[in-house]
Formats: sequence, structure tokens, C-alpha cells
Amino acid sequence: MSAKRIFIKGNEAIAQGALDAGCRCYFGYPITPQNDIPEKLSSAMPAIGGEFVQAESEVASANMLLGAAACGVRAMTTSSSPGVSLMQEAISYMAGSELPGVIVNMNRGGPGLGDIGSSQGDYYQSVKGGGHGDYRTLVLAPASCQECYDLTFEAFDLAFKYRNPVLILGDAIVGQMKEPVAPRAPLPIDPEAGADWKLTGRGQRAPRILKSLFLDDGALAGQNLHLQQKYQSMQAEVRYEAFETADAELIVVAFGSIGRIAKSTVRTLRAKGLKVGLFRPITLFPFPEAELRALAGQGKRFLTIEHNLGQMVDDVRLAVRGIADSDFFGFLPGNMPTPEDFDAPIRAAVKGA
Amino acid sequence: MQEQLVFDRPDVLADVPTHYCPGCQHGVIHRIVAECLEEFGLVEKTIAVSAIGCSVFIYNYVLVDTVEAPHGRAPAVATGVKRARKDAFVFAYQGDGDLASIGLAEIMHAANRGERISVIFVNNTVYGMTGGQMAPTTMIGQKTTTCPGGRCLEREGGPMHMAEIIATLGGVAYCARTAVNNMKNMAQTKRAIRRAFETQLNDEGFGFVEILATCPTNWKLSPVASNERIGKEMIPEFPLGVFKDAAKEE
Ligand SMILES: Cc1ncc(C[n+]2csc(CCOP(=O)(O)OP(=O)(O)O)c2C)c(N)n1
Ligand code: SF4
Repeated sequence: MSAKRIFIKGNEAIAQGALDAGCRCYFGYPITPQNDIPEKLSSAMPAIGGEFVQAESEVASANMLLGAAACGVRAMTTSSSPGVSLMQEAISYMAGSELPGVIVNMNRGGPGLGDIGSSQGDYYQSVKGGGHGDYRTLVLAPASCQECYDLTFEAFDLAFKYRNPVLILGDAIVGQMKEPVAPRAPLPIDPEAGADWKLTGRGQRAPRILKSLFLDDGALAGQNLHLQQKYQSMQAEVRYEAFETADAELIVVAFGSIGRIAKSTVRTLRAKGLKVGLFRPITLFPFPEAELRALAGQGKRFLTIEHNLGQMVDDVRLAVRGIADSDFFGFLPGNMPTPEDFDAPIRAAVKGA
Repeated sequence: MQEQLVFDRPDVLADVPTHYCPGCQHGVIHRIVAECLEEFGLVEKTIAVSAIGCSVFIYNYVLVDTVEAPHGRAPAVATGVKRARKDAFVFAYQGDGDLASIGLAEIMHAANRGERISVIFVNNTVYGMTGGQMAPTTMIGQKTTTCPGGRCLEREGGPMHMAEIIATLGGVAYCARTAVNNMKNMAQTKRAIRRAFETQLNDEGFGFVEILATCPTNWKLSPVASNERIGKEMIPEFPLGVFKDAAKEE
């Protein structure tokens, strides 16, 4: 790790993380609140011999990503909610063709044009597969500028490890706030990446075909079984933050910025003697199911807090089913939460026992 | 008598029967593309982008590295490929439903950016694979399954002339329309594809060749009558020629 810390926005940390991780192709289309990313990369990418294309739409930028990914190059696109909806076609094709690429969604309010403020309304879309067909993408949810950097940095390795799209689900809060970030030593470009599948021009070998069309009898079934096994193997990547959960009676489950804000509330309530803790999933797929279930087995109770009408709470309830349930508090998009906003709901859940 | 081989299959073309209908000219065009790849020595460094439609399976016949694009997005996928791998030779192969309808934005912008790619555009005036529905290139009066009374200018607009439209864009180095209805036009098609490939190899800009071709099945005509339709009906509506050649300007 280089000694010098840099003071940057979450969005800029994503751009820097991608550059340092060896990303050399970026495709994007302007949408608030993530414009700092393409703006930074429009000069930074060409400066190191990479490619920056402002695409004509998110449809095109995600398909450019598909093309670059097929060549085994580290590539990324970024957007926010309405733009990510347009990318779903290509994301499904990438999952079907097993292409690695990084897609960032700085979640804003919806549905429709919504607003440009923070929200977690795209949880289902990200985690359950927003495009057509049975597929999953790895989903990473940063809560700080450092995590914006680190998770973006690591997303490329994960994409290549599993030959699969990796989503970073940030939000307007984490994208727009500024914090010190410790960058890592930049990774050298790996010429061997994807050596056995990427398109290079066939040379002397047999041609390679990267496709998602499987028409022969049983061919698609075989491919989908293979994909399912791959998605199951992603369990190895589960990440989460557990804060003061050991002796907690009530555990708040929250991700991204909301997890960060809820942590402040938990800290304050702890100081006042309430036995509360925080569990913050960092991978939303794979979801830290076993870990939550283990906590339920220890008799903990749960309160899921989200910046939406209730989406991740489904996964929490699935994780603890048969043992416990989870209360839910949804902070409505269109407003910015503070730690005080979560005080009453947490106290109520503690009393609810 | 000693036999002498005077005409052979290019090695890059698979020695298999195609899935195309009798009289369909996708096969002829595949062959011309294959010949051009071999003659330029490009087979080993080519990355093809296949589109949606009857020709999606081009990768079963033209044996080069290939990635499949979603419907209409081949020019965006090809942009990503070329940007990632500048030393590769990149071509996309698209039908008229693919390129002129759902993929209109992608083709216009890739052309306008002057992406160093070559696009082979097969215009058979219908959606072939899905069963002969109206395409943006369907001609006035032409009956399809979704304009059973014939395409009507007032109701559906007229056929789009893609070669003329693409030629107006700044990044385009070469843009032509040809046909494959007779030997002369096939030879002209080959010259056009060669020139389009050359613009990529010379880093001149975007290369585009629109090729008028048959779809006997959906036209409900015999292969011979389909071929005749190209000369009699299509060429008058879609004139053949070179609409832009950067090398010849100035
Ligand atoms: C998003 C999407 N919409 C529709 C389709 C269905 N579809 C498959 S092929 C095709 C038409 C292709 O027609 P054309 O490009 O003219 O090619 P041809 O079959 O005539 O060679 C359509 C609409 C699809 N695959 N994807
Ligand atoms: S449907 Fe038309 S375009 Fe498709 S293979 Fe048959 S003749 Fe060719």
C-alpha cells in the first residue's frame, strides 16, 4: 500500500480503483449522481493508454463493455438507476456468454425518473438479476470512499475469476461524499488473463465463439446447470461487517450508506446501554445467509433498515427463516437520513421483544 | 483426362451445409466475406461480431473468433472489441431488422465516431428469422405478415435507405450498396467489401457495405424469381453504387 492517502469523492475513488486495478476500457453515458466517474476517466484513461468512449446511450455503453470483455480486457461501465435499467439487456447477455466486466450503479431514487438523491431501490434489480433469464451477478455494496476504491479494485479480479459480470451497488450518498482514501499499488496488466477463452483472433488455434445462444436439445439446460454451479461457488466470496453483534440482543441489518449511518445510531444507543449491534452485508450476492442464520441461532433478533420500501428484508427473512424474523424500517427515498432518524425505529424494535 | 481444380472453397469457410433456406443469399455473402478475409491474410487476426437474425450462426460457417451481440447492438459490441484490441481486424454482420430498426442508434454512432470496423449489412427487406414481418427496408406495396395489405407510405413510412444515410456521417471512410443477384454484381460486392476492409486496415475510418439479397421463404417466391426481384424491384428503389469513398475525395 502506498503511504500517501488521497482526499476524494466516492465516485472518484471508484474511477481510481478501476485505473489501479488495470481497467483499460471505460464506456459510459452521463447521468447524475455518477458523472464524476466518466469525467475523471475521460482524461485519466487515455493518459495511460486506455480507451474512453462516451457512448450514445447506456444500451451502447453496456454492449461496448460486452465487446471489450470478450477480448479479455479489464473494462467497466458506470451509471445510475435509469441507465442501469437500460444496461440489463447486455448484462444478461454477458452472464449468458460468461463475460467478465464491472458495472457500477450509483443508485438514485425511483421508480421512473424519480430524483437524483440517494436510494436503495435497485436492490432487487441488482441482486435478483434485472435482465431476462436465470442468472446472477456478484454484487458489492460500498459504505465508504475507501470501500468504493477497494471493492472496485477487487471487482475486476472477481469478474475474471468467475467469468461473470460484477455489479457495484453504491448510492448517491457514498458517491458524493469525500473522505481520505489509501490507494493500493497499481496492478500490472496481466497478458494471460482469460488466456483460454478470450478472443484474440484465432491465430493457429481453432476459432473461439462467445455466445449465449444454445439451441441444440439439452444444450441450454447444460449451460444453465453449469451457471448455477458457478453461482453456488460464489458463496466463497461472502463479505460483511459485524459491529458489536456478539452480545447484542437486537441486530440492525443494513447495507451501503444506510449501514454506515445505522452504525452511528447503534454506537449512540450502545453508549446509552442498549444491547444493539449492526450487521452490514458487503456482498449482496452472494448474501451472507449462513452468517445471519448463525446469529439467529444464538437467539438474536433483527431489524432491517433500508432506503426503500423493503427489498433486502426478504433475503434477511429467508436467511433466518424457521428461527427468527426481522422487523423492517424503510426510510423513504426523496429524503436524506441521519443517525437520529433511526433512533426511534431501533428503540421500538428493542422494546418489541 | 487429368482434372484441374480451378475453383475451391476458402479454408476459412467450414465444409458443412448451411442452415439457410434454398436460394437464400446469406451463404453467398459469407463466401465473399471469407474470400476477402483470406486474400487480405486476415483470418488469424479477425474478430467477428455476429448479430441477431438468420445470420447469427455465421460463426458456424466463417471460422474466425466471434462474439454474439444482442439484437441491433453489433456496432457497439464491435466498438468495444476494437477499442480493446486495436490490432484485431473487426467486422460485424447484420440484417436489416437488426441494423435499421432496433440497432439504428448503434450503427449511426459507430459510423459517426469513425470506429475502425467494417459492417456488412444484408438487406432482404424483411425480418427473416422471425417469419417475414415488416422491416424498415420493406418496400412500398410489399406484403409481409405485419403489413398484409402491403406497406403503405402514409401508415408505415417508406423504406429506409441506409447506405445513403450512413454516407452522410463524418467518420465514414467508405460506404457502398451492392447486390448479389448476378456474377457482375457479386464481383462488385467483393470489390466493395475489399475496399471496406481496406479502410479499416489503412486506419481511414468506418467501412459499410449494404448488400441487397434474397429471402425466398418470406417473399414467397422461388429462388429464381427472388433473384429476379432484386434486379426488377429492389435495385430501382435501392440504387447500387459507392456513396462515399474518403480516398477518392479532396
Ligand atoms: C431484443 C430482441 N427483440 C426481438 C428479437 C427477435 N428477433 C430475432 S431475429 C429478428 C429479426 C432479424 O431480422 P433481420 O435483421 O432482417 O435478419 P434476417 O433474419 O432477415 O437475416 C428478430 C426481431 C430478439 N432476438 N431480440
Ligand atoms: S428466412 Fe430468409 S433470410 Fe432466413 S435463411 Fe430463409 S431465406 Fe434466408
